[in-house]
Amino acid sequence: MSLQLKNVSKRVGSITHVKETTLSLEPGHFNVLLGETGSGKTSLIKLMAGLDSLATGEIIINGKDVSSLSAQKRNISLVHQFFVNYPHMTVFDNIASPLKIAGVAKSEIADRVAEAAKLMKLDPYLQRNPHELSGGQQQRCALARAIVKESDAVFLDEPLANLDYKLREELRDQLPELFAGRGAVVVYATSEPEEALLLGGRTALMTDGNVVQFGPTAEIYRQPKDLDAAKVFSNPPINTAEVSKQGNEVILNDQTRWTLSGAAAGLSDGIYTLAIRPHHVMPVETAHNTVRLEGHVQVTELSGSESSAHFDMDGQSWVSLSPGVHPYFVGEVHTFYLDPNHCFFFAPSGELVA
Amino acid sequence: MRMRNLVPILYILFLMLPIYWLVAMSFKTTNEILSGFSLFPQTWTFENYIAIFTDPTWYWGYINSIIYVTLNTVISVSVALPAAYAFSRYSFVGDKHLFFWLLTNRMAPAAVFALPFFQLYSAVGLFDTHLAVALAHCLFNVPLAVWILEGFMSGVPKELDETAYVDGYSFPRFFMTIFLPAIKSGVGVAAFFCFMFSWVEMLLSKTLTAVEAKPIAAVMTRTASSAGYELGLLAAAGTLTIIPGAIVIYFVRNYIAKGFALGRV
Repeated sequence: MSLQLKNVSKRVGSITHVKETTLSLEPGHFNVLLGETGSGKTSLIKLMAGLDSLATGEIIINGKDVSSLSAQKRNISLVHQFFVNYPHMTVFDNIASPLKIAGVAKSEIADRVAEAAKLMKLDPYLQRNPHELSGGQQQRCALARAIVKESDAVFLDEPLANLDYKLREELRDQLPELFAGRGAVVVYATSEPEEALLLGGRTALMTDGNVVQFGPTAEIYRQPKDLDAAKVFSNPPINTAEVSKQGNEVILNDQTRWTLSGAAAGLSDGIYTLAIRPHHVMPVETAHNTVRLEGHVQVTELSGSESSAHFDMDGQSWVSLSPGVHPYFVGEVHTFYLDPNHCFFFAPSGELVA
Repeated sequence: MRMRNLVPILYILFLMLPIYWLVAMSFKTTNEILSGFSLFPQTWTFENYIAIFTDPTWYWGYINSIIYVTLNTVISVSVALPAAYAFSRYSFVGDKHLFFWLLTNRMAPAAVFALPFFQLYSAVGLFDTHLAVALAHCLFNVPLAVWILEGFMSGVPKELDETAYVDGYSFPRFFMTIFLPAIKSGVGVAAFFCFMFSWVEMLLSKTLTAVEAKPIAAVMTRTASSAGYELGLLAAAGTLTIIPGAIVIYFVRNYIAKGFALGRV
């Protein structure tokens, strides 16, 4: 099974929601669409699901062109960010509804619903109405409805975004095993880079209705194609600064310069954009974090086991994210250390050079 | 505590007084009504009600009214459902103007339309039929039903439609088995208002009927004998007119509250 997009785009009036996109999605792993709100993830999913018409291009599922087929005829499943269930039906009827429509025999429906409900821990609630369930259970019900039918493709549009932290983790751990061995192409939209990394598989990075990079998740995390891709795949936002390279050295500002090694050393002299993820900028010196920076601390946050500090460095706002609790004082000048081996260098045109 | 209760009690008494007076009158003889002031019927009589339920002219007035009101409610709601769905789910050229224009229809006085309807229905042979009155009332009730239903439909997320399509529901099946149950309180509220407006409207129903479909309101005004108006009989007829509305209100009372919450009623 496979799902292919060829030059797919979507326009409403003069506004382009999805720019021409070509993707080849495979089953057996999660295909993550990662991008901020409004980057076109939902628009792209709607196109793939047949809920919106294409401006250009074609969509091929299992070698069959489905571009002109309606959602009903595509054999797909969809789970929304909001908990959408049929309000007047019991949980059982909700899960059974795609099977009933498909004309599956009654006894088989009962078996398959029972199986899906068990997977989603809904078996005690089959006779309740969706609004009598908690938010997490409502979303489980929607997920059960999505897996009960043997779809060619399952679209999960930020299914965990409206759940609280605990439920989100619990359900996220369960998702991969839920779809393992089903043979369906799973597309998972999210705005959180952590989710993309946790779910693995392959990730497509989206900004402004554009897929900027698509590939194995870990690979594109390590090798963002350009500055846009690097920005999408970092939370908190990736730190950037303009640097100049002269000989063996890179110069960040008057106080900060270091000697380059590896691929960056081979760059020709000139101006580049440096980018470094917040957790490679530490408030203490370590074996890796050796390059010293100074900045005015502006905002500090403590989230459980991590501390983050937003600091101003010559007009550039940077973030440091480090494990443990660090004493920061807002307004003070604090010393940070960056890891020179985890710097990305982008050419002025935006593409990754080292 | 007592003062706080006093105001609503007074208010309710004030509201109930005319209704009480009407009901009390309906159990009095016409002589007693004319002879002076009495808070309760001195001699209880059911003559007025018996007269209504035994005289076909009387009870057919009620039956005619109920027929055209029901017909109108069914037509108005079933026509308004697809229209309201279009307004709530799609954007098309002039949709906002059309929606507003629908409402302005309700602002025109019924009298304006009495003459054209009379002429038109006479010409096509619809005069003095239940359908004539039901159709004429659609002029006011369809826009109202569209307005109410659109509010309820917009409260249902579009994702519900999408989920149903992905699950394989065809549009008609989705509309009948998923969407309608989801907005059933809206349908109840819309039907209630269509029913009430059609039930209390007199001018068009009187103008467009003669004998066959004469509504109760017309029957009541034509009941004068040589001894003058039979006030007891009229009061009994009036009391019976309130009953259908009261029954319908009882059934939709919870939905009406929801309609108010949506700001559409």
